Amino acid sequence: MLEQLARLGRVGIAILAHIGRGNILLFHILGGITDLATRPGLLIRQLYSVGVLSMLIISVSGTFVGMVLALQGHYTLSQFGAEQSLGVMVAASLVRELGPVVTALLFAGRAGSALTAEIGLMKATEQLSGLEMMAVDPIKRILTPRFLAGFISMPLLAGMFSALGILGGYFVGVGLLGVDDGAFWSQMQAKIDLHEDIYNGVIKSFVFGWVCTWIALFQGYEAVPTSEGVSRATTRTVVHSSLAVLGMDFILTALMFGG
Amino acid sequence: MTSDTDPLVKIRGLRFFRGERAIFDGVDIDIPRGKITAIMGPSGSGKTTLLKLIGGQLRPQAGSVEVDGQNIHRLSRRALYRLRIRMGMLFQSGALLTDISVFDNVAYPLREHAPLPSSMIRKLVLLKLESVGLRGARGLMPSELSGGMARRVALARAMALDPMMIMYDEPFTGQDPISLGVLVQLIRALNDASRITSIIVSHDVQETAEIADYIYVISNGRVIDHGSPDAMLKSNAPWTRQFMHGLADGPVPFHYPAPGLEQDLLGT
Repeated sequence: MLEQLARLGRVGIAILAHIGRGNILLFHILGGITDLATRPGLLIRQLYSVGVLSMLIISVSGTFVGMVLALQGHYTLSQFGAEQSLGVMVAASLVRELGPVVTALLFAGRAGSALTAEIGLMKATEQLSGLEMMAVDPIKRILTPRFLAGFISMPLLAGMFSALGILGGYFVGVGLLGVDDGAFWSQMQAKIDLHEDIYNGVIKSFVFGWVCTWIALFQGYEAVPTSEGVSRATTRTVVHSSLAVLGMDFILTALMFGG
Repeated sequence: MTSDTDPLVKIRGLRFFRGERAIFDGVDIDIPRGKITAIMGPSGSGKTTLLKLIGGQLRPQAGSVEVDGQNIHRLSRRALYRLRIRMGMLFQSGALLTDISVFDNVAYPLREHAPLPSSMIRKLVLLKLESVGLRGARGLMPSELSGGMARRVALARAMALDPMMIMYDEPFTGQDPISLGVLVQLIRALNDASRITSIIVSHDVQETAEIADYIYVISNGRVIDHGSPDAMLKSNAPWTRQFMHGLADGPVPFHYPAPGLEQDLLGT
């Protein structure tokens, strides 16, 4: 009994220590942001590899999600004779919910896992130690630009996801299913609120960008420096990020739209 | 104040544990200035850990490591980084940044720490690369280099800021005979030309004994012998003899501890 209690205590301490290390790392990463002002090239390169290189998967996914939403939405709305509201339904679903959430899940799979693998391998091949010994702080030089790039890219990618989703929905709804062109856009314009819908969606994607990139960098930095360790860390990044995004989404949605 | 006769690195009563296991248990080592000092010992004896302790990347449980008169584990982060600018380290893997070219790798510490115009940096980088024979490889990426070339580029990078000392982590491991010969010659030549203090951790007896001025042999967390390479090769101490001459059996037994063979085979 006592032994089990002790084991429980040890697990609790290990989890708290893990969270503590994550927060210390985040603090350290944020401390490097001022340094980045003198080296904008580092951020630009990461914006390219984290953001620009994620655009293809985000665009394709956004378009298809919008198309499927239009198909499903049209079927349901037509039961009530409300198919003219298809535009607002597609746009609201994308801007409020699917844009930020699906983008974050895809981001965790594409950019997050790549970040973890990159940092983990840099650790395994002693590149981070090498920087330390050259009197260069690897957190400020390597992790901070990646963190900021993830934080900035996520809302832009989510915006792109939603925009292309709406176009996909338009193509299916108006082009294939015969919904009225004017009604599709005018209802969307009338019902989608800048603050209520768009700003809240943007806030969500900033939060998801923060969380996903933080998890990815922390897992890479804490990875056991072996091939198996890096592989496990990469898996953990995808699993933890996805769960964190879904959990945070529920909390944020409840706070934004619950009352 | 430190004088030229004081050792550059002074280690006293160093104790370092990983979990319950003692990696170092009361180690005293002096690294004299301008000489090549080798720290030798079998795999897993903590040689690389020792370099990380000297470089301030790890913190010991007890004891002190002084580099040029400064206790490295009592320095602020800023002061430690200032000191590290004067210390070079050659990692076993080379530790080159894989996303930038050979030229940019060698230029990296200069761009970080030396406020020089880019034309000056270019000249310095080419000179450093010339000294390791790889000026022609400046445009290559690290993935295009052989293991020996990567180590030579890493050596050029370690020398970029003209440090007072260079630490070599297993520089000879896994090298073909030609690369090995080049590295041995380079390390000796660098030491002779620039009077850089060199610390080599290695288990390659022949190559290390060839260029070292002084050797420390460590095992089981302690310094078990030290002296000139000649003295170490001629030592009659059983452990030193077994290590320096690569004898299969001795104080470090050939057999991993096990019950008797008869008992194992017959199950009695």
